[in-house]
Amino acid sequence: MIRDITLGQYYPADSILHKLDPRVKLSATLAFIAALFVAKGWPGYLAATVFLAMVIKLSKVPFSFMVRGLKAIVMILMITVVFNLFLTPGDRILVQIWKLRITDVGLRTAVFMAIRLIYLIVGSSVMTLTTTPNDLTDGLERLMGPLKKMRVPVHEVAMMMSIALRFIPILLEETDKIMKAQIARGADFENGNLMQKAKNLVPLLVPLFISAFRRANDLAMAMEARCYHGGEGRTKMKPLMYVKRDYAAYGAVVLFLAVMITLRIVL
Amino acid sequence: MSIKLDHVNYVYGQGTAYEIHALKDICLELRKGEFVGLIGHTGSGKSTLVQHLNGLVKATEGHIYFHGEDIYGAGYDMRRLRSKVGLVFQYPEHQLFEVDVLSDVCFGPKNQGLSREEAEKKAKEALTMVGLGEEFYYQSPFELSGGQKRRAAIAGVLAMEPEILVLDEPTAGLDPKGRDEILDQISLLHQEKKITIVLVSHSMEDVAKYAERIVVMNQGEVLFDDTPREVFCHYKELEQVGLAAPQVTYIMHALRERGFSVDEDATTIEEARDTILDALRSKEHN
Repeated sequence: MIRDITLGQYYPADSILHKLDPRVKLSATLAFIAALFVAKGWPGYLAATVFLAMVIKLSKVPFSFMVRGLKAIVMILMITVVFNLFLTPGDRILVQIWKLRITDVGLRTAVFMAIRLIYLIVGSSVMTLTTTPNDLTDGLERLMGPLKKMRVPVHEVAMMMSIALRFIPILLEETDKIMKAQIARGADFENGNLMQKAKNLVPLLVPLFISAFRRANDLAMAMEARCYHGGEGRTKMKPLMYVKRDYAAYGAVVLFLAVMITLRIVL
Repeated sequence: MSIKLDHVNYVYGQGTAYEIHALKDICLELRKGEFVGLIGHTGSGKSTLVQHLNGLVKATEGHIYFHGEDIYGAGYDMRRLRSKVGLVFQYPEHQLFEVDVLSDVCFGPKNQGLSREEAEKKAKEALTMVGLGEEFYYQSPFELSGGQKRRAAIAGVLAMEPEILVLDEPTAGLDPKGRDEILDQISLLHQEKKITIVLVSHSMEDVAKYAERIVVMNQGEVLFDDTPREVFCHYKELEQVGLAAPQVTYIMHALRERGFSVDEDATTIEEARDTILDALRSKEHN
């Protein structure tokens, strides 16, 4: 039932990518996305493909998991491709159906656009698949650190994010449990028209809200009992620290960016 | 008149990285009028098992027969099954939602298609069974004490008049007094109404005192299935799987080692008292 929903699509595996510092992975993803927009011709995309393939291989995550994220953008992908294919003006017309014409430039743009979008999604999937949501917020907090000077409550936002993420599986489990308990008492969540369905949700939502408030209250109490007072002067049990492999990874990313830029300038 | 599980297997999250084989080839028959204790360590699969009994979870493999009918058969009426097999979840008070206790207990009977009057009649009977009197009918369920909430929630399942009542850790988080009250009431239901009871617990004392038959689960498998006496004879094996026999068993064994001729198989405090008194008397005679 509800248990089958996977959130924060982390895939546990023992790979170098899983061990990398989340900051490296965040910056690398940004760099990769930037590189995709730098690329212009075949050589650039080839380089990006090689880089992505190597990263996927290193991550030890089954390829099917990477592609899973693409399902969500199939529609956007189709629209982009169709529009680019038919509406880009070009020198040579390859095919003409009624008023729609496919030009060589159009074909090129459509193909590159599709590759760009697919790589974008796969690239960020690699990051979310190899980083736990908590690591991700941790990395974000550190990377956004400088914004504190501009009075952005970085720590508080990161804390809220990680609490929210932490509570999603708990609340899902709770929903599953209450649903089952009410089904055992003869409740029906599937049949009926919209009004009835909404009404049938009351036995689920009331206990769920009560439980959410109770948990929030407990958590606030527990945090206060441990003297939590926000980000000022707060240290971490597991502070993020760069080790050798992180510098190596930064090096690889910079090298990749350099290659992409060179390819763009030279060709 | 029974539930029969035939080679039931259940796998959580099949095909993902989080795959867990929760139930392994379970064959079990629950007969009418039995009081069965189901015990096992956390994560042994006992909660998963009881959710199969009323079809909330569908076995990955295997069949379940209720009164000889396959519940996974095409066109089987699951709602009828669920009103015959009442399942009280862990912390059932978390499912209370109505404005007053009586309406909450009416939820089940009303889902069975009964009118408001009939449902209220059933609800009042059920509330009497769990020892909640008229003064509670129109109170908000959220203003009751922990033990009272739990009893109101159990009444919510009882009001559906199930033939089999399955209780998943009904005493978790209650004080000793609340625990005894609830267990005594369940025992009374079993004796007076002849309801089949399945009591899931990890407290050996509770199970030893009330159950006629004990099923021990370990890592998704049935380890023992016998009378309490026979099961607690294996107290060493029970310890190995993170369980323990009732304290009485240990005292009996210790007394035996010191030369008292007590009955080692005594499982409840009453039995222990009798056998110790007997042993003392026979000593005096000599």
